[in-house]
Amino acid sequence: MAEVLVYVDHVDGAVRKPTLELLTLARRIGEPVAVALGNGAADTAAALAEHGAVKVLTADAPEFADYLVVPKVDALQAAYDAVSPAAVLLPSSAEAKEIAARLALRIGSGIITDAVDLEAGDQGPVATQSAFAASYTTKSRVSKGTPVITVKPNSVAVEAAPAAGAVESLAVSFSATATGTKVLSRTPRESTGRPELTEAAIVVSGGRGVNGAENFAIIEALADSLGAAVGASRAAVDAGWYPHTNQVGQTGKSVSPQLYIASGISGAIQHRAGMQTSKTIVAVNKDAEAPIFDLVDYGVVGDLFDVVPQLTDEVKSRKG
Amino acid sequence: MSLRIVVCVKYVPDATGDRHFADDLTLDRDDVDGLLSELDEYAVEQALQIADEADDAEITVLTVGPEDAKDALRKALSMGADKAVHVEDDDLHGTDVIGTSLVLAKAVEKTGYDLVICGMASTDGTMGVLPALLAERLGVPQVTLLSEVSVDGGTVKGRRDGDSASEQLEASLPAVVSVTDQSGEARYPSFKGIMAAKKKPVESLDLEDLEIEADEVGLGGSWTAVDSAAERPARTAGTIVKDEGEGGKQLAEFLAGQKFI
Repeated sequence: MAEVLVYVDHVDGAVRKPTLELLTLARRIGEPVAVALGNGAADTAAALAEHGAVKVLTADAPEFADYLVVPKVDALQAAYDAVSPAAVLLPSSAEAKEIAARLALRIGSGIITDAVDLEAGDQGPVATQSAFAASYTTKSRVSKGTPVITVKPNSVAVEAAPAAGAVESLAVSFSATATGTKVLSRTPRESTGRPELTEAAIVVSGGRGVNGAENFAIIEALADSLGAAVGASRAAVDAGWYPHTNQVGQTGKSVSPQLYIASGISGAIQHRAGMQTSKTIVAVNKDAEAPIFDLVDYGVVGDLFDVVPQLTDEVKSRKG
Repeated sequence: MSLRIVVCVKYVPDATGDRHFADDLTLDRDDVDGLLSELDEYAVEQALQIADEADDAEITVLTVGPEDAKDALRKALSMGADKAVHVEDDDLHGTDVIGTSLVLAKAVEKTGYDLVICGMASTDGTMGVLPALLAERLGVPQVTLLSEVSVDGGTVKGRRDGDSASEQLEASLPAVVSVTDQSGEARYPSFKGIMAAKKKPVESLDLEDLEIEADEVGLGGSWTAVDSAAERPARTAGTIVKDEGEGGKQLAEFLAGQKFI
């Protein structure tokens, strides 16, 4: 059976959920061979084996942390040369997309980014994508070389499928451009204790109607009652009420959770682009004419300062 | 010596308009207004600020696109860029990101550069990989997705805010940079700027000028194929209630019914 390379997104050996989703999709096309790089690479093996990786290729070197992107491209290319896979899958993170693009160019292959589904096809893997602020769904494939495809988080339910997960060390020689961009310092983001925005099953977002940074506490309280991530519209971020890393929309994150709760968000195209593919959408807004109500499964026309705290209390009491 | 900055910009369909696919599954440009991609305005802005700080700098804006794409160049010139290069050729219709990176790389090399600045992504294709491809093609450092950027002598520095960490980056020129929408609001063209832009030079190049064969680009030279594009069905109308004091509880009831609570 053909092998499929899966690029592993991990933090010091802890595998992030989108990688497990990739393994689930990779098994539709062939046998997953995982590539884990950097500090803790070998520690990823157990989780990867549990989800179908037949092999885990690992490499660690200071270059992976000290220089931007290119050392990882060099390593993934080494894995590509060693395995000759039927496809290469990566998560749709900012960094992994850049790695994917440079690899695709080097190996003379087409690239598809931000797939939301993947199926085996007669002419190679067929990727489903959302286009034009999710108003279109397209089916695409790579027509030259080995398909390089990045997949958005939450595109598929993770399935366990135990496999050997044999760890092999990957020999990497770094290219001349590997040390071009130096990482002078790295400040890890402070953990909020909430799920990662793009990976969360539930997202609670606040917009212009929240009317102030301090008022985001009621959005956070609802999120915490549901175990959800917190999002914000561009208006709220531009006003300085919430960090840009939490922005949902065209210039922020694109999310596709099971449940999206929009509070005080009108639903401009810019925002819809980032949340339209959510499974269930709920909104609270004072303005009955707000475009967000065209998208919702359930909407409440009312003051979010009344509705949201009441909802939070109700969730808490029902969860007991 | 003059700092040569090339800003790559894209002419895109207005995201607030009704965007469609044409019969050949490329972008339908006929039924929607085009404009300079909003995210590229940030690139033009940072180029202007870097040029202000430098002793001597020249900003060239570069685009690949049909005749109308000149509008995007004019906008950038009216913001303050010095000159423009427009790569236009009928054979470019349907070019994918790999092909576009080839055309831009050749045009950047022909123009001459110390620093290439791009936006973080286009507002139509939204892939966000072009700057990385350009760096790979040019064989120069990639310093991308910066929220802050500065050039000092032959060095570019910047801050890249990622999901898990914020990184301070540094590279020697020449380099390819991309900037995010957090890098600083783009200026509006002044009346004077708009008038001055009309007199600024716009050089037109075609594939032959760049020594690119027609089969390396266009729909035929694309390394990806779109097999179908379907309009997403409108979401079925949901239940809308007016809050009469029980709105939060009603919403909780709905969520419980959907097994979210």
